[in-house]
Amino acid sequence: MKKQVTSSDRRKRRPPLVLLILAALGLAVFVIPLLGLLARTPWRDLPTLLTGDVVLDALRVSVIASLGATAISAILGVPLAWVLARVEFPGRSIVRGLVVLPLVLPPVVGGAALLFALGRRGLIGEPLNKATGLVLPFSTWGVVVAATFVAMPFLVITVEGALRNLDARFEGAAATLGAGRWTVLRRVTLPMIGPSLAAGLALTWARALGEFGATITFAGNLQGRTQTLPLAVFVALESDRGAAVALSLVMVVISLTVLVVLRERWWRLI
Amino acid sequence: MTRSHGLDAHLLVSRREGFTLDVSLSIPSGRTVALLGPNGAGKSTVVATLAGLLPLDGGRITLDGRTLDDPGAGMLIPAEDRGIGVVFQDYVLFPHLTVVENVEFGLRSRKTPRRSAREQAIQWLGRFGLDDLADRRPRDLSGGQAQRVALTRALITEPSLLLLDEPLAALDATTRVALRRTLADHLKQFPGPRMVITHDPTEAFLLADQIHVIEDGIITQVGTPDDIRLRPRTAYIADLAGSNLVPGTAARGTVRTGSHELHIADTHITGPVLAAIHPRAIIIDRHQPDGSPRNTWEATVTRIEHYGDRVRLQTGDPLPLTAEITPDALADLQIREGSIVWISIKATEINVEAD
Repeated sequence: MKKQVTSSDRRKRRPPLVLLILAALGLAVFVIPLLGLLARTPWRDLPTLLTGDVVLDALRVSVIASLGATAISAILGVPLAWVLARVEFPGRSIVRGLVVLPLVLPPVVGGAALLFALGRRGLIGEPLNKATGLVLPFSTWGVVVAATFVAMPFLVITVEGALRNLDARFEGAAATLGAGRWTVLRRVTLPMIGPSLAAGLALTWARALGEFGATITFAGNLQGRTQTLPLAVFVALESDRGAAVALSLVMVVISLTVLVVLRERWWRLI
Repeated sequence: MTRSHGLDAHLLVSRREGFTLDVSLSIPSGRTVALLGPNGAGKSTVVATLAGLLPLDGGRITLDGRTLDDPGAGMLIPAEDRGIGVVFQDYVLFPHLTVVENVEFGLRSRKTPRRSAREQAIQWLGRFGLDDLADRRPRDLSGGQAQRVALTRALITEPSLLLLDEPLAALDATTRVALRRTLADHLKQFPGPRMVITHDPTEAFLLADQIHVIEDGIITQVGTPDDIRLRPRTAYIADLAGSNLVPGTAARGTVRTGSHELHIADTHITGPVLAAIHPRAIIIDRHQPDGSPRNTWEATVTRIEHYGDRVRLQTGDPLPLTAEITPDALADLQIREGSIVWISIKATEINVEAD
């Protein structure tokens, strides 16, 4: 006997059951840890936990480090993206590889590398220390450096992609209207890649906020100076589970907010 | 150094793909030159070199006696210092700026104070009938409006040369016809040399004093619109630009041009029109034809030119036209320069467009 198919069935045929089951399991991988976190959240003690010294110190260090890393990434990363997108030079693909390396490198390795380069006895760190007295490791500046190292690639690849997609005729038109290269950059190029730039900055900031491995390796774990939210979570897991859960919840909320706001752009860019 | 007014350019550009551009141009102030050619002939490369967006490999560009690009002398003025107004293909209005911000862009880039730039921009918008659109974004403009904004944006900086790259190509057919006339009027008001880049012969004929035909990177013919139309030198020009274009006034199925009246198929069109008759649509006879053609008259053959397997005849008064026949037909009909022939054209072979 033939199956009867109604016209509405025709239009939206049900996806294969196997696919649906696997997709649901895939989703579970993401959802179950969150549920675990929520199940263990001590809701009643939450206000007290969130206003404790450790939490507030970590929040302060995290805010400074993540915003500092985002600012440095903007100042250095946008020009780097521009050069990669617009200037042809030998070895450009190697430079591009170096820029995205921190995306795949284990952050601990990045932190170790930073230590060898910028530590008190490091390649750059030693002369820098002698000249200025500046010590990066185990200082809040060190946290900023570690976060910049792991987060800036997000900005560079996002902005570079946007620059490559920008029709060069807009910049040409601006030039014929008398705009010098700086004016073109400021009034045409940057505004036109504005949405991508904003997305890149937000991703950079989110990555810097979540940074753990490079920070603990390079900057250590000193409360009030280099202990960021993720480090505080790690420490609290050993001593105060409630605080660990509360801190984790804060980070989930922040990350989720950023991703939801950027969802559209993020998918389009990648 | 010459102190002549206008543009003098010899453009040499070699591309990696084996394409070479070798074009000489000379446009006096107050004159419009059309660069007419098929896609891929190098027209946009010409715009890019003149505007300063692509450096020359050889040759020289001089504008009002000032050298803009001379690779031999190591001289290159960047685009922003050339003072050349460009209306780009598809207009390239800045999407993140409003109409008035687009128009004042050139002034602001030249350090004109904000308020003065805004006042001038609004004045110019008024002159082009764009007052109401000042706060719109380019994506909310029609093709015709965008074209006028682009023209205003280029003219407000009072450039020494005006380049228009396919200014009508982005418009639909009806708008194109309507805007051709307006564009011609605007061009006439610009005092410097003007250049229109186009692939459309009608546009070139109507807008330009002189036409340069470009094919495969080189100029194949230079002449007035009549020269190009009546004496095309290559097959491309003969095919595309070789149509007879007759301006006239239409009424009740006829087009009156000078002392002559053509019968046309369209009985509704009235007012100024442009009648196009393809040379192959004109039938040549030694005796008066007795068929159906509505348009028949006697004329003298003033000129005969051979192009391989085709022959072009030019006929004299009352309506000078170019007709195309085969060499065999020419021999059969025993036509020489000075021969009297009968011309006939079916009314349906005459394309009439509002001018």
